[in-house]
Amino acid sequence: MALKVEHELHRRRRGRNVGLALLLAGFVVLVLALTVVKVQRVGFAPLQGYDHVVQPTLVPAAEGGRSLDPVTQGRGN
Amino acid sequence: MTDTSARQFEGEARFGDYVALLKPRVMSLVVFTALVGLLVAPVRLHPVEAFAAILFIAIGAGASGALNMWWDADIDARMRRTAKRPIPAGVVEPGEALAIGVALSGLAVVMLGLATNLLAAALLAFTIFFYAVIYTMWLKRWTPQNIVIGGAAGAFPPMIGWAAATGSISLEAVLMFALIFMWTPPHFWALALFTRSDYAEAGVPMLTVTHGRSVTRAHILAYTLALVPVALGLGLTSIGGPIYLAVSLALNARFVLGAWRIWRREETEAEADGYRAEKLFFRDSLAYLFLHFGALLAEAGLRMLGLGGATWL
Repeated sequence: MALKVEHELHRRRRGRNVGLALLLAGFVVLVLALTVVKVQRVGFAPLQGYDHVVQPTLVPAAEGGRSLDPVTQGRGN
Repeated sequence: MTDTSARQFEGEARFGDYVALLKPRVMSLVVFTALVGLLVAPVRLHPVEAFAAILFIAIGAGASGALNMWWDADIDARMRRTAKRPIPAGVVEPGEALAIGVALSGLAVVMLGLATNLLAAALLAFTIFFYAVIYTMWLKRWTPQNIVIGGAAGAFPPMIGWAAATGSISLEAVLMFALIFMWTPPHFWALALFTRSDYAEAGVPMLTVTHGRSVTRAHILAYTLALVPVALGLGLTSIGGPIYLAVSLALNARFVLGAWRIWRREETEAEADGYRAEKLFFRDSLAYLFLHFGALLAEAGLRMLGLGGATWL
């Protein structure tokens, strides 16, 4: 027995589903675009400051030209 | 599925019914005024950010429209103009409208905050609250001043656009708000004059119902006169200029003349010609708002080209 009987109802629901799918896809694209724009403006380096961990590379050089960066500390850098 | 069992779904909503819930015609006005507010601001947003800002302001406005339709379904069913809206027509359940309104409100506010700044997001949240709660749930059924105070909700979009770009509020943003705020009462009261029976039957305390038609005519003239200095004053700020002032002068002269005619008319005279002057004034009021904001946009375009702007003063 053929079970593939299409009612007008199915077309209506397909229209709704396709509409919703397009909206969600558009939303994903928009969020991606916004992310790219914002990251490009700020750059990647400052974003490291949000890790809740001290990022020595981000700390400006201390007085006397000594950096707090453990890698370069004590070398008069 | 047989036709018999499918019958219960015959009134099921199409995608367009959900779009209608967001009041797309009101949204178009919101998009336009918010866009102007954003573009005339002295700070430039990245095009993607500007697009996102306008989109989420529009979605916020649409969400408040859905909440309005959810709360006002009983009134809408009794008015000819609104009887075919999705809820009174029976295609969208009231609970669905409420869910869509709340969900889209949250989405719009959060996304506007992420795309631009917290001030713009807070203003959008306040606008939605003002329209859905202060106007729809409280003022609309309680006072004939509903239109006056409720007009603030429609006046916020250019201010939100400005805030999205600059992160602050200034005199220009306040005057753009004031322009729409003062314009709303004469616009809606003219509509109420020629759709009189609808509001009366629905029990909405329109000024025409509570204080009579001649008082409404006088109010239209008074608010139109009060609108003139606001509209012209905007032309003297940093976003105004000679083009705006020329357009504004012409529009205000026509608008005041229209209001004067409405005020002078007797009700019998209006009934005899099918409310011609009132309908003309209503159409003029739409042009009035679009052309004022269009002129602001033109001034902004000229400033970008290094011409016009405040330097002419």
